[in-house]
Amino acid sequence: MTFEGIMQILSVIAIIFAIGIPLGGYMYRVYTGRRSWLEPVFVPTERFFYRLVGVNPAAQMDWRAYLKPILLVSFVVMMFAYAMWRLMGHLPLNPDGNKSMPPELAFNTAASFITTTNWQNYGGETGMTYLGQLAAIVVQFVAPALGMVAAVAFLRGLANDRSSNVGNFWVDFIKTFTRILIPICLVSAIVLVGLGVPDTFLGAAKVHTLQGAVQTISRGPVAAQVPIMQLGNNGGGWFNANLSHPLADPTALTDVIELVLMGVGPTAFLVMFGHFIRSRKWTAIFYVFIGGMLVAGTMVIYASESAGNPILHHVLGVTGPNMEGKEVRFGIPLSSLFVAVTAGTDTGAVNAMHDSLTPLGGLVPMANMMLMVVLGGEGVGLLSIIMFLIITVFLSGLMVGRTPEIFGKKIESREIKLAVLAMLSSPVTLLIPTAIAVMTKTGVSSMENPGLHGFSEVLYAFTSMTFNNGSAFGGLGGNTPFFNLVGGVVMLLGRYISMIAMLAIAGSLAMKPRIPVSAGTLKTDTFTFGWIWVAVVVIVGALTFFPALAIGPIAEQIQMVSGHLSQ
Amino acid sequence: MVNLWRAIRFTVVFAILLGALYPLAVSGIGNLLFPYQAKGSMVQLNGQTVGSKLIAQQVTAPGLFHPRPSAVDYAANGSGGSNLGPTNPALVKEVQQNLQVVEKQDPGTPPSKIPPDMVESSASGLDPDISVQDALIQIPRIAKATGLSQAYLKSIVNGNAQGPALGIWGNTVVNVMQLNVAIEQRLRK
Repeated sequence: MTFEGIMQILSVIAIIFAIGIPLGGYMYRVYTGRRSWLEPVFVPTERFFYRLVGVNPAAQMDWRAYLKPILLVSFVVMMFAYAMWRLMGHLPLNPDGNKSMPPELAFNTAASFITTTNWQNYGGETGMTYLGQLAAIVVQFVAPALGMVAAVAFLRGLANDRSSNVGNFWVDFIKTFTRILIPICLVSAIVLVGLGVPDTFLGAAKVHTLQGAVQTISRGPVAAQVPIMQLGNNGGGWFNANLSHPLADPTALTDVIELVLMGVGPTAFLVMFGHFIRSRKWTAIFYVFIGGMLVAGTMVIYASESAGNPILHHVLGVTGPNMEGKEVRFGIPLSSLFVAVTAGTDTGAVNAMHDSLTPLGGLVPMANMMLMVVLGGEGVGLLSIIMFLIITVFLSGLMVGRTPEIFGKKIESREIKLAVLAMLSSPVTLLIPTAIAVMTKTGVSSMENPGLHGFSEVLYAFTSMTFNNGSAFGGLGGNTPFFNLVGGVVMLLGRYISMIAMLAIAGSLAMKPRIPVSAGTLKTDTFTFGWIWVAVVVIVGALTFFPALAIGPIAEQIQMVSGHLSQ
Repeated sequence: MVNLWRAIRFTVVFAILLGALYPLAVSGIGNLLFPYQAKGSMVQLNGQTVGSKLIAQQVTAPGLFHPRPSAVDYAANGSGGSNLGPTNPALVKEVQQNLQVVEKQDPGTPPSKIPPDMVESSASGLDPDISVQDALIQIPRIAKATGLSQAYLKSIVNGNAQGPALGIWGNTVVNVMQLNVAIEQRLRK
């Protein structure tokens, strides 16, 4: 670890949290219907889309009416993607002559993209046609937008006083594209082309190398995909090597841009949250504690990767950082930061191969996913953060003997039950399939690495799928009927159970009267309460997942330090 | 039912907008402003396209700079890393083989002085850059094979070295394609 390395990490995190402030303010104005200086462009465009889709922009919706189109759009777009990937081999825009996907793989991929997981059991260069990739881009826009508007509906429910109206889904949804996602992606994409990311519909280039051999260089409209895969916390890339591929992330500067794109959506939601409930203090509390958790995790990875692999040192005399599965242009600090941010924000894009990280370096991304609140995906991350807040209020209310309330709303049995449902669904969809995989031949035969690391591969896979992350310990051979089918179901449950539960909470909070602050109110917008929130998150996470982590990365770290190879 | 019909209409309209118009706009503007980058930064030598500046290719000739080890044999249509874990015996074997290649081709540097990036596989298998230390270790071999002076080779390494972005982010690295094109051009003169 060096001072310069630490500054590289802290500067990027500072940029991510700083840009979240104006972006969150802008998004708040978008979702509350304030005018922007581009109103003359936006208004007719949006009216045009309302007419094409056939919606009444003046309609008001309660939480059920808001949820219904979320589920229907998810379903229709998933079917669209499934059909495209089943048929793409026979459709145009296939310059490299790639094949359609078989049914289980297409199901897995469609479930994966509609949930913003972007777990990929195919390699992009040979497993997708250009048309298939364009369909993937469509889903990469739609899926995060669904998560974003779900969070917006939740925030309206919080801010309401005895009104069931949580907004108009179609208006929020279409504005998310026209005013947020498309403008940011268009500008970022052009900048990325300028910095070296290709964007062409010419097929792969066949070249004769300096030594006269033939090399086939896959390319495509890559730059169109990179911004939305990052900004939408999708993570599914054009190439098998994802963002470690030099055509997807050619320089340290593009890496920083891609890191920032990945982080600003979640930070903007923290800021927007503060605007909705009229309390900047809450945003400040979350900025401090979540930022702190992110920095702490990143430093653990950085220290562990800088120290390198003691086994290589003892056996071969190779000294220095662990560069297996990393790119020299990024170096250890940016690679470590990318690992922490991609896991925390549930993006799943990678600029280094997580399977080749040191055990501690691989433990942190698993922990960042399991804790659920280290930013989380755009919108849905905020929902998890508030879910833990509700549980924390309930626990501390019990401890001091006061009625739990938050943001001026009483928390009652219905909200607690729903929050606990959202919280407990993930350990079930994570641990049970992991246990099945390690007890069956089909699960074990997918592991590439022997010993404890093989277990970590499976644990990482179901962690990634449950929390809709999409990064992987890539050695795991996931393209089997077991992983395709079980994984697809896990990803869908991971996304929709908590989303539905949280919207139901929003519906019930929306109808409650706002109670004025009194001497009997348990003050929650304090840094002391923030500490309790962190403690609850960590204790719940540790109680649930520590045993599994102990068998995987923790035991492997001890094994590595003591110099023993697996058999 | 009315919502299902809307969801279908939405999917058709936005599939065209996001799956066709948006990518065409990026591609159109990108190719207009940055034609070289948009096509993949392809490099020409004597009128022949010899590869991409951003993609490592297999180089074994003693008179050229070698890229980092690749777990996928520099397959630019099938990128990837080794995915070998830190306690996997196969990792030790792989690094050992890479180390033996370096020790054979560029003798004289003890393993502790060889940078790990020179003997450990990259993430993409296509890492186009090497560290400066890696390049310097290769210079005596290239000088011997080509007859170019070590001082000249050092000057092209330093001349092509890229420092951290904006002076802050990333490492100082050298692009292998640029080095090798410089050598080829010098030899043809």
